[in-house]
Amino acid sequence: MALVLTEEQSMLRDSARGLISDKAPVAHLRGLRDAKDADGFSRELWKTFAEMGFAGLLVPEQFGGSGLGCVEAGIVMEEIGRTLMPSPFFATSVLAASALSRGGSEAQKKQHLPKIADGSLLVALAIDEGAKHRPLQTKLVATRSGNGFKLSGEKAFVVDGHTADLLIVAARSAGSAGEKDGITLFLVDPKAKGLAVERTAMVDSHNAARIVFDNVEVNADSVLGEVDQGFGLLEGVLNIGRGTVASEMVGLSEEVFGRTVTYLKERKQFGKAIGEFQALQHRAAQLYIDIEITRAAVLKALQALDADVGKAGTAVAVAKARAGTTATLAVQEGVQMHGGMGMTDQFDIGFFMKRARVCQELLGDSNYHADQLARGKGY
Amino acid sequence: MADLETFRSETRAWLEQNCPPEMRKPMSSDGDTFWGGRNTKFSSEAQRVWFERMRDKGWTVPHWPKEYGGGGLDGEEAKIVRQEMAAIGARQPLTSFGISMLGPALLKYGTEEQKKEHLPKITAGLIRWCQGYSEPNAGSDLASLQTRAVGDGDDYIINGQKIWTSYANYADWIFCLVRTDPAAKKHDGISFILFDMTSKGVTTKPILLISGYSPFCETFFDNVRVPKSHVVGTVNRGWDVAKYLLQHERAMISGMGERGVGRPLGQIAADSIGADAQGKLDDAQLRSQIASFEVDEAALAAAAERAVDLAKAGQSHPAFSSAMKYYGTELNKRRYEILMSAGGIDALEWESERSKSGARPRAWLRTKANSIEGGTSEVMLGIVAKRILDLPGA
Repeated sequence: MALVLTEEQSMLRDSARGLISDKAPVAHLRGLRDAKDADGFSRELWKTFAEMGFAGLLVPEQFGGSGLGCVEAGIVMEEIGRTLMPSPFFATSVLAASALSRGGSEAQKKQHLPKIADGSLLVALAIDEGAKHRPLQTKLVATRSGNGFKLSGEKAFVVDGHTADLLIVAARSAGSAGEKDGITLFLVDPKAKGLAVERTAMVDSHNAARIVFDNVEVNADSVLGEVDQGFGLLEGVLNIGRGTVASEMVGLSEEVFGRTVTYLKERKQFGKAIGEFQALQHRAAQLYIDIEITRAAVLKALQALDADVGKAGTAVAVAKARAGTTATLAVQEGVQMHGGMGMTDQFDIGFFMKRARVCQELLGDSNYHADQLARGKGY
Repeated sequence: MADLETFRSETRAWLEQNCPPEMRKPMSSDGDTFWGGRNTKFSSEAQRVWFERMRDKGWTVPHWPKEYGGGGLDGEEAKIVRQEMAAIGARQPLTSFGISMLGPALLKYGTEEQKKEHLPKITAGLIRWCQGYSEPNAGSDLASLQTRAVGDGDDYIINGQKIWTSYANYADWIFCLVRTDPAAKKHDGISFILFDMTSKGVTTKPILLISGYSPFCETFFDNVRVPKSHVVGTVNRGWDVAKYLLQHERAMISGMGERGVGRPLGQIAADSIGADAQGKLDDAQLRSQIASFEVDEAALAAAAERAVDLAKAGQSHPAFSSAMKYYGTELNKRRYEILMSAGGIDALEWESERSKSGARPRAWLRTKANSIEGGTSEVMLGIVAKRILDLPGA
């Protein structure tokens, strides 16, 4: 398959870009932050997203979705990255839709997927527990209890955790931290007894939550996929998430870069545009090259995911690792080249720096993924 | 699509049947490369068989038109041939500057007569070419070159000196930049001309590098007589041809970073350094350097693939090969820094048979030229800044 967008994919990009740049420029995020908005995103805009078919982009057609693939999800995420639009798209339409359509029973799919597609159900995936993304280290314990299970433990950095109508929780039902066997995914009602959600305001003004589980009871029907054998499903879903977050970071990097190059042409010091200085020209050129190469790696990963999620691990590790280092470089050069203005809250560039840091941690940073690559190659 | 799948399975079967097993092993030295030319010798019978079969199939240059000795394949088909060759580790049957540099320029700027004269001899491996671009005072500032071509009836008389002329001592013909109008602005008085290296007045002298013997030469022209009909493109517009050719050269050089050396770097390092109880390389810092390198290497490979696809889709920027050249060469230098670190003191031996006469340290030193030859990294960044980013005054 050619490593370029098809005509249909380009049209999808154009319509996503049109909607997002029009309805949710960076000022949209700034407004939600300044107002300390209770949701942290616009429900009205989410409705529009659903009407345009974006909310159900990965939901199979028989459940009311568009049945599109990871390349398409990545296209939408890239446009989200350009304006930093806070949206349930990632948690609900990418992670949850993938988890349910790939691992759900017929009943679970029928119950939840149409509601994801029509925008009426918000879902969050609860994975991380420690300071770093280490899904194998899952410790939140699921103990058998009667016909079901009891969940106890803590989750952190649950994207959209405070607005979710449904949680997908990774728990350890057997074995010990570090083992693949013994991880089970559960569908959990956030209003269940013993469950406490704390919204955590993050540096990037996007949504996340800490969730404490104190003997939360779930029945056997709540298991998503197979008991003790949830890691394969989880890793596939996480890889889809990683590929699309990498795409968000490409959009973010390119936007920061575009704004920075414009500034280099406008800002005058010593009687000339600062973009005339070779020291800055070469750094700008290096960043451009970095972004272009990362873009190719990310598209490669998204195509690999669409071809076979199970075989896309290496390509995804490359994409997420690259996207992390590229975005980190892009926002640092962006602030530096904007000089003092880049440090002011009034300028948007800082929002990109904050979001890039969060995206770097989200589902594993560059170090994590480079390490995964090394392990995969046996060294 | 069905046709392409048929083409793929036929290609696979043909390669399987025709590529000798010895030609599927990674090359171990420069001698394994077949360059063609008047005085060429095959280093093995397998090399000869493989070259001749591919030549007869038209696949020494699969994507050139058949009338010039190519395979007449379109972009998709040529990609399939490359992929299927890579899948069995098949070596290039013929490597030549005629294929990677002169050919594309002739196809674009040459007269029909010039194409018919030169291209079939390139695909058949009969003539080996070298490139006369750099001069002692024209390196990064190539357009300031001073080699003069003065008209004399139907001929030019050429005087001057070139440097870094790769394999000039083995080449049969040279494609050369000469100044045909010294009064014009520096980019406007240059012509692109072809001539035989056995012409009277041509001498070459190899250059000893920090890596030892090298393909590079100094090349001297002392009243060399060349027919005016050997100019490619318009007289005094040779810079256009030169730039076009450089894009192809840069695309070729950028490919060096992704050229596999057989075993993965991490395993090469583990062979000499060892692994800890968990199987991790017993040098945590080096392990993370290798992992980062491999991330970037895989990303570059994707970018190279995308560059080809973008070109096919008519969406590529003509200066993008400068971006790839910059990244590919810097990456290749990183590869060899890692290989030297992985080899430790074993990689320091310079003459022993055990070290194949210091193959690794010599290769390491040689890579330092990658970011200089064909346009320095700094020149590449300048081109990206000016032509792609449109930065002022660049």
